Amino acid sequence: MNIHEYQGKQVLRQYGVAVPEGHVAFSPEEAVKAAKELGTDVVVVKAQIHAGGRGKAGGVKLAKNLDEVRAYAKELLGKVLVTHQTGPEGKEVKRLYIEAGSNIEKEYYLGLVLDRETSLVNLMGSEEGGMDIEEVAANTPDRIFYEEIDPVVGLTGFQARRMAFNMNIPAKLVNKAAKLMLGLYQAYLEKDASIVEINPLVVTGDGQVVALDAKFNFDANALYRHQDIMEMRDYDEEDPKEIEASKYDLSYISLDGNIGCMVNGAGLAMATMDTINYYGGTPANFLDVGGGATAEKVTEAFKIILSDQNVKGIFVNIFGGIMKCDVIAEGVIQAAKEVSLNVPLVVRLEGTNVELGKKLLNESDLDIVAAGTMADGAKKIVELVG
Amino acid sequence: MSVYINKDTKVLVQGITGSTALFHTKQMLEYGTKIVAGVTPGKGGTEVEGVPVFNTVEDAVKATGANVSVIYVPAPFAADAILEATEAGLDMAICITEHIPVLDMVKVKRYMEGKKTRLVGPNCPGVITPEECKIGIMPGYIHKKGHVGVVSRSGTLTYEATHQLSEEGIGQSTAVGIGGDPVNGTNFIDVLAEFNEDDDTLAVVMIGEIGGTAEEEAAEWIKANMTKPVVGFIGGQTAPPGKRMGHAGAIISGGKGTAADKIKAMNEAGIEVADTPSVIGETLIKVIKEKGLYEQCKTH
Repeated sequence: MNIHEYQGKQVLRQYGVAVPEGHVAFSPEEAVKAAKELGTDVVVVKAQIHAGGRGKAGGVKLAKNLDEVRAYAKELLGKVLVTHQTGPEGKEVKRLYIEAGSNIEKEYYLGLVLDRETSLVNLMGSEEGGMDIEEVAANTPDRIFYEEIDPVVGLTGFQARRMAFNMNIPAKLVNKAAKLMLGLYQAYLEKDASIVEINPLVVTGDGQVVALDAKFNFDANALYRHQDIMEMRDYDEEDPKEIEASKYDLSYISLDGNIGCMVNGAGLAMATMDTINYYGGTPANFLDVGGGATAEKVTEAFKIILSDQNVKGIFVNIFGGIMKCDVIAEGVIQAAKEVSLNVPLVVRLEGTNVELGKKLLNESDLDIVAAGTMADGAKKIVELVG
Repeated sequence: MSVYINKDTKVLVQGITGSTALFHTKQMLEYGTKIVAGVTPGKGGTEVEGVPVFNTVEDAVKATGANVSVIYVPAPFAADAILEATEAGLDMAICITEHIPVLDMVKVKRYMEGKKTRLVGPNCPGVITPEECKIGIMPGYIHKKGHVGVVSRSGTLTYEATHQLSEEGIGQSTAVGIGGDPVNGTNFIDVLAEFNEDDDTLAVVMIGEIGGTAEEEAAEWIKANMTKPVVGFIGGQTAPPGKRMGHAGAIISGGKGTAADKIKAMNEAGIEVADTPSVIGETLIKVIKEKGLYEQCKTH
């Protein structure tokens, strides 16, 4: 789960990480009020969306007086920002963060992320701040430094100092930078983050080390123990179909194609998308109904697929292990009754209770095309959708 | 022969009184798995499906000599269950539970370093040596005893591949689901090394998916060490970057973990990669025919 920059900074403050003063604003009036409260010569008006690259896309503005604050706030609120992380459709700006301007001497990069090869959290740092770190990694990998963190002792003081020295942070500020890193790791650990990125981390003219941006991503599997983080969830930033699916424990991802898919198991769901593509079609979604789905969940899954206007056909591909084929069949029949099904439906059933499942489908008066294998089903739905 | 588990394996079920565990305990018993004990704290002294229940893993091991545990404990308590199995000195802990917080697993993995216990999973279908011992949630009937080893990050996709093999009369030595999480116990290389040493395994199917670099590392290992033919499949060839495809580990991030990279690494290691999941069986049969292993692999 992602949160906004201003929320990330709220979390950082709890861990003693220095961040500039700032307030969230939902209207130009609130933006002006926030700027007045800050009372600094320069304030930064920052669009809050769940995507990086806001600066380049024109989502971050420097305002020198309250009129400029009002003008920028008007301009940004409601604007659709397209960055390299939003996709071509972009994201509408609904919140702003009004922040005190900083006297930046130099920008750095700091991040915490799990290294899957070692199963350890790594602190990453670089002198190349403010840039896309993936580009830095690709072009000048020797300019990124890493510290592996042993979960038994956590990030240690010497590791944090070594990182600060490696990043060429001025010697007199190394201890401040190290303290910030230790706070950042504590936030990562205690809030079950999966990624934290501070890009840029800055050294200011008055000798402070400050997190100027904050990008947090949290482990969805650990949210149950972080009510405070859950409350930061912004539903406006998420696909409504994905939100609906999550209510029923369905794993659903919207895609651009026109063939709706309903599959059990993440691996098989991905493989089903691949197979549809292989035969020249394009999937409208990834959907794993999971192992313990009930007929009701299957019905909801079906409704979610059909709520996508692009869907021109549906392919149900089930290999029942824990999931029983008759449960899937019941769900499909129930869904077809509740929502008028007017697109072709191809069903491939295999595994536990397959005969019972097929019988239920045959006896229903639904117009279903049966498929023997995944490939057969994919071919058929691609042909039917045309 | 087989790897990891066989007809003599004594299985302990952690969390045995939960509904999922109960259902699968029945299924495993029906399959012929020797389940000797269950553990649910507070339910010690009772019995389910004729299996004695204990309060702690330690008690269960002392009383029954169980050597492999299967964990169905709910996610918030699963990491602790793995630690308990490790502390009790079991040979293996197979963790079926999904949705375990990843930082819990980081600690678990560090704790298990240098310890005797091998962890399989979490978020995996389990391990099966057909017609001897089934530990986990996979449907038993799609498997057939034989000579092809299967190792996979995905549950249902393993069923798909195994089913194709069995339909063609190609049995399996052991099928190991290593799970779809970013931090897991046993990896591809661990299992491949076992298959390489196992006299009864003549060829291997390796099923990977997007995310991480485990397949690339396995391909390198295969190139340097594997004496048996390997065929593969990678799920998620058409998945968009930055989207987590169900499994916590199945995500292309930072330009890493694409299917194309994995397939390239596998091809370079001499692994034939099936274009679609429907032809995994076909691809394996083609390769074992080329290597003159088909007759030995075919179950008569």
